Amino acid sequence: MAKIKIQKKDIWIDMTPMSDVMTLLLCFFMLTSTFLTPEPVQVNTPSSVSETKIPEQDVLNILVTPEGRVFLGTENKNNMQAMLDAMTSKFNVSLNPTQIKHFREDAMVGASMSQLAAYLSLDPEKMGEAIQKLGLPLDSISGGKSEFQEWVTEARNANPDIKLAVKCDSNTPYEKVSKLLSELQDMNENRLQLITNLDVKRLND
Amino acid sequence: MAKKNLSKQKKMDTRVNFTPMVDMMMLLITFFMLCTTLAKPQAYPLTMPSNEDTKQLNEEQKQVTKASHTITLYLGANDKVWYIAGLPNYDDPSCVKQTTYGRDGIEKVLNEHTTEEGVNPVAIIKVAKKELDAKMQAYNSTMTEEQYQDQLKKLRRGELPNGQKVPTLTVIIHPLPTCTYANYMAALDEMLISNISKYVTQDMAKVSDEDKALIEKAGVK
Repeated sequence: MAKIKIQKKDIWIDMTPMSDVMTLLLCFFMLTSTFLTPEPVQVNTPSSVSETKIPEQDVLNILVTPEGRVFLGTENKNNMQAMLDAMTSKFNVSLNPTQIKHFREDAMVGASMSQLAAYLSLDPEKMGEAIQKLGLPLDSISGGKSEFQEWVTEARNANPDIKLAVKCDSNTPYEKVSKLLSELQDMNENRLQLITNLDVKRLND
Repeated sequence: MAKKNLSKQKKMDTRVNFTPMVDMMMLLITFFMLCTTLAKPQAYPLTMPSNEDTKQLNEEQKQVTKASHTITLYLGANDKVWYIAGLPNYDDPSCVKQTTYGRDGIEKVLNEHTTEEGVNPVAIIKVAKKELDAKMQAYNSTMTEEQYQDQLKKLRRGELPNGQKVPTLTVIIHPLPTCTYANYMAALDEMLISNISKYVTQDMAKVSDEDKALIEKAGVK
């Protein structure tokens, strides 16, 4: 009986160059990119040739969506907590520890004071969806400050060095932006950073 | 013969399997690509006039600029933009001219605007700024960032390095309620490109009825 001998071939592929390329790519991504900040709604900012960098700390981010919904938040969780405490005592809203925990996990505030407790008792998975339909009210309360203005005031109280960064969507009607800007102007917050993308093409020619 | 036997060492296979490492790298790269962004956001610093200051100004304190130093922009819907160079002529709606955003639109209008002194200040300042940039970026440049900003500030005030002084333009931006934020930002951006430090944003609610009637006649919407 003739035995068919299959010749065993060594199919070893050298992975070293591939590993080299991967390491390079990984280094590139780690060094050049910045982490996405969680935002309730994706916002496309307009472009400009301004090359000013946004400070890394002490920034109060004000987000305006294309529908004109306003959200705000700062990366310092202690400041956020201080703002919440001041706001809840001002509007006589009491929150239980679970709701406060949910608040601290959230990146931005978007619920009006009347809806805040209900929003924070939601399941964390449903909160992301619910916040997209909310937004801070810009209407003044019986002729006084609006809730949005109160939040900004409390942010200023919590951290006097805080800088305001306004991030609006390109497609937001100017009417909505104008209302927000004039509310800030009314409370003497005159220095703003408008967040934009760098227009490299325009800058170079 | 015996010597040869002694020197014969056992050949060891020193190849290391890199496949698991490549797998891990792939995973890490995927993670970084999905969770991070390469676009670094920039900020456009905007300083608004405080309400109290504006109220306290009386008629005498209000700065008066020459008519030929003023350009008024109207930002309308559908990315349309109109401008009035100098004072509006209320009897003639054709003084409101339509233009576009960008290089061949507003930038060109500002660049080619001639004041009553017969100069194009924006063009002159732009050339001076280019020279300043070149000086700053030169290989053996000793200029510090502070000096550069100081020089730039002087340029924006119309003070050229050779001691000459050129007039500066004042731009009034009127965003109509129908325009988008991108339009407003584009207009602000033009101020930065054309080195104009004196610009005002005025909402349509504060515009006089005469102006409103004029732009309506001119078809600004």
